[in-house]
Amino acid sequence: MTSNSQVIKRKKIFEIPPARKLFMGIVEVLIALVILLVFVLNTEPQTLTTFVMTPGGIDIGKMADWVIPTLPTLITLTIIPALIGVYQLIRGFGRATNAMVGLSGLCLIFGFITWQAGGSSVNLAGMLTSAVLLAVPITLGAFSGVLSERAGVVNIAIEGMMLMGAMIGALVGSITKNAWIGLVGALLSGLLLSSIHAVLSIKYKINQVISGTVINIFSAGMTAFISQKYLQTNQVLNTPPLFTRIPIPGLANIPLLGPMFFNTNVFVYIMFILLIVIQVALFSTRWGLRLRSVGEHPQAADTLGINVIKTRYMAVLLSGLVAGVGGAFFTLGSVGRFNEGMTAGKGFIGLAAMIFGNWRPLGAIGAGFLFGFADAIGSKLLLLGSVIPPQIMAMAPYLITMIVLAGFIGKGDSPAASGEPYEKE
Amino acid sequence: MTPILQLSGITKRFPGVLANDHIDLYLNQGEILGLLGENGAGKSTLMNILYGLYQPDEGEIFVNGESVVINSPTDAIQAGIGMVHQHFMLIPVFTVAENVMLGQESIKFGDFLDRTDASKKIFEISEQFNLPVHPNDLVRDLPVGIQQKVEIIKLLYREAEILIFDEPTAVLTPQEADELFAIMRSLALQGKSIIFITHKLREVLEVADRIMVIRLGAVVGETTPDGASKNSLAAMMVGREVNLVVDKEVKIPGEVVLSVQDLVVTDKFQNIVVDHVSLDVRSGEIVGIAGVQGNGQTELVEAVTGLRKNSGGLINLLGENITHATPRQITELGSAHVPEDRLADGLVLPFPTAENLVLCTYYKEPFSKGVVLQYQTILEHAERLVHDFDIRTPSALTPVSNLSGGNQQKVIIARELSRPIQFLIASQPTRGLDVGSIEYIHNRIVNKRDEGCAVLLVSPELDEIMELSDRIAVMYRGKILAVVDSRHVTKEQIGLMMAGEMPEEGFSAKEKHVVERTF
Repeated sequence: MTSNSQVIKRKKIFEIPPARKLFMGIVEVLIALVILLVFVLNTEPQTLTTFVMTPGGIDIGKMADWVIPTLPTLITLTIIPALIGVYQLIRGFGRATNAMVGLSGLCLIFGFITWQAGGSSVNLAGMLTSAVLLAVPITLGAFSGVLSERAGVVNIAIEGMMLMGAMIGALVGSITKNAWIGLVGALLSGLLLSSIHAVLSIKYKINQVISGTVINIFSAGMTAFISQKYLQTNQVLNTPPLFTRIPIPGLANIPLLGPMFFNTNVFVYIMFILLIVIQVALFSTRWGLRLRSVGEHPQAADTLGINVIKTRYMAVLLSGLVAGVGGAFFTLGSVGRFNEGMTAGKGFIGLAAMIFGNWRPLGAIGAGFLFGFADAIGSKLLLLGSVIPPQIMAMAPYLITMIVLAGFIGKGDSPAASGEPYEKE
Repeated sequence: MTPILQLSGITKRFPGVLANDHIDLYLNQGEILGLLGENGAGKSTLMNILYGLYQPDEGEIFVNGESVVINSPTDAIQAGIGMVHQHFMLIPVFTVAENVMLGQESIKFGDFLDRTDASKKIFEISEQFNLPVHPNDLVRDLPVGIQQKVEIIKLLYREAEILIFDEPTAVLTPQEADELFAIMRSLALQGKSIIFITHKLREVLEVADRIMVIRLGAVVGETTPDGASKNSLAAMMVGREVNLVVDKEVKIPGEVVLSVQDLVVTDKFQNIVVDHVSLDVRSGEIVGIAGVQGNGQTELVEAVTGLRKNSGGLINLLGENITHATPRQITELGSAHVPEDRLADGLVLPFPTAENLVLCTYYKEPFSKGVVLQYQTILEHAERLVHDFDIRTPSALTPVSNLSGGNQQKVIIARELSRPIQFLIASQPTRGLDVGSIEYIHNRIVNKRDEGCAVLLVSPELDEIMELSDRIAVMYRGKILAVVDSRHVTKEQIGLMMAGEMPEEGFSAKEKHVVERTF
């Protein structure tokens, strides 16, 4: 009878709702059309685009400029998303659906730069380097979300934790005149806020979205108050030392990749270390198996002797620590001072990156780079004298986010018990 | 011989309820003890105490003659007690190996999972106890029967000596259930001791070595399968004589009331879940739809009651085309629906009983005049139904959520059957109810049929289908495999069809039409 019971119809392993499949396919075809109509048809043949492949102010890891014919490049960039879109509409990419939308988005972005810089030059390396930096807070926010949601707690307070981390990092760094101590301050502030979130949502079983929203509002108000009252009036408190570039011997000499990844901020290194640690810990260790079991089916975990409450506390606190690092990046790794509301929604974009990356660190960092790259273009455009207003380009990453999330009507691999407080029978 | 497990004087009180009243119980090694009782009799409370989810107010637990205190599932596992829960405690997105080792993982290099080692152990267990599974399969891809085997392997992996099975057959086909019984016997032969909790009389007679009956939190009797019959067990369980066989006269069915032709229904992924189904239900007959849950019965019922859009076909009720009608239009034609999930679809739980009793008719005279509800009339109506249908409720204003499952179901039955109806669609009308309530509801449904109402009955309980139906349609993977006369078919034949197999002798496609034409 075993063979019989085995044929009973059941859900497939990874199902993409048809609406989402269709939507993604249409988006990809539209991207191809935009490249064709806006870029290809407005480009003279024989035009050349020059990409400068060394970011400004870098001495090691130099690379020669890259000169490409504009029109053939744009035509290639039209064909790629067109093919992807047609395949998506006919067959569908299944598990790779998100990655393919991301690839099409990259074609659009790259096509735009190629077209915009047609006949002149653009510093592509500088753009990529700043994209990596802009990806840092988004990716760290996504990691923070992965840790907490994998254990079944929705953490929408990442934005607030980052903002607080940025402020505390600046304050502590300025007082101690030491960036490392500032970073520790940011970590502690993330820990403190996440412990509030943990107590509210795990112990008192308050709706996790409301608890997170409350923390976000509190952080916005608190940082604005301290900033106006103390930091703006007393600049000594708002001039933290910055983490400087740390070149990694040898690797920093690699052209293009060297300046992007191996001669950069300590936060980029932290991001990559966390990527490996979280990815391996979640999916290959006992610790990760237990953490994920609590996020998928807490009752089952409980009957097997796993302490659901303790595991969830641990995950939320770790999530707060990572968000704290992400916050410190703003003041200690990028700007060098605290400004009100300076996180500008990066924590929320981080959550979008987490969803886009299917609740996996590896996917999250991919999404983080995509969003960071779109961000970087926005700022470079000003220098190119584009016909497109910079405000429109500044909206681009959010537009991408909306398209990505709209395609997620059916939710991907979201942890089954995410957002549900655990109650014993 | 010292019993491997002994409970003495276990008492557990909840506010207002004495759930367990000085229960004494023993279990010998290698024995299968059937624990029989109605829902709410206290079986689950007792087992949750044994598994460390509750602590007893009084009493002691002995394992191998030694007193143990069980404060958590971890303690229970330590004491060698394992439980196969009614709702599987499996994580769908984990592999079999991950599910089995969770909590007692094989590890290497500190904290890294050793999947090879875990798979090896699982393979050994599955060899020894004949429980074939693949350690690397994802649990969500496995059929229910295999998932249950994974649950059993989980216990054996933890070296449990005492296995508790909590209503294990609720989700299985009859054949899968037989397979499970074979597994249980082989486990007992290899020295494991088993407590088998159920409210199904047939099962406990079939598999148990010894039977204990619990009623209202206390042990009311102990017997062996040889010394008991279905009737004697039912009487012990309920506390009075129960008529297990529904008295039903043979009736000649009348006009076609419901006619479904070529109905196609899809789910949200556009998978066909009801696959070109055609079916007639005549006045004065009960047509039962047998099938394992999840083979399209739910969707068929939802399409016929207007709750779900259909993608093709024709539905006629009392001569009207209702293919695209709304639920209210269908109800007003004279149809009644007892939904599958009474809590989700049948009742508004926080509303008083009286309001739940007029959910289909509140907007009409005499329950409302214009837009104003006539509370006096609604209350009088409720009190009459509470009396007529023997609904046990403190008052007609008590929220329905405070009633027991059986009484909640009676509220639905009262609401639906008290209206002048010509068609009744009853989906799992006795799910989770005790023997007494089942007897009552079955009689009500048969009465309706005798009055000339057409009844479509959907149930995964084969006994219920066999007992009530005049004709039986077997649904498998969205299709109706056959429609047969219930007098000329055996349970085994239906069971095979529920698993997708046409029995060799008897019911070929040709014969199926012959059977149908006899009406």
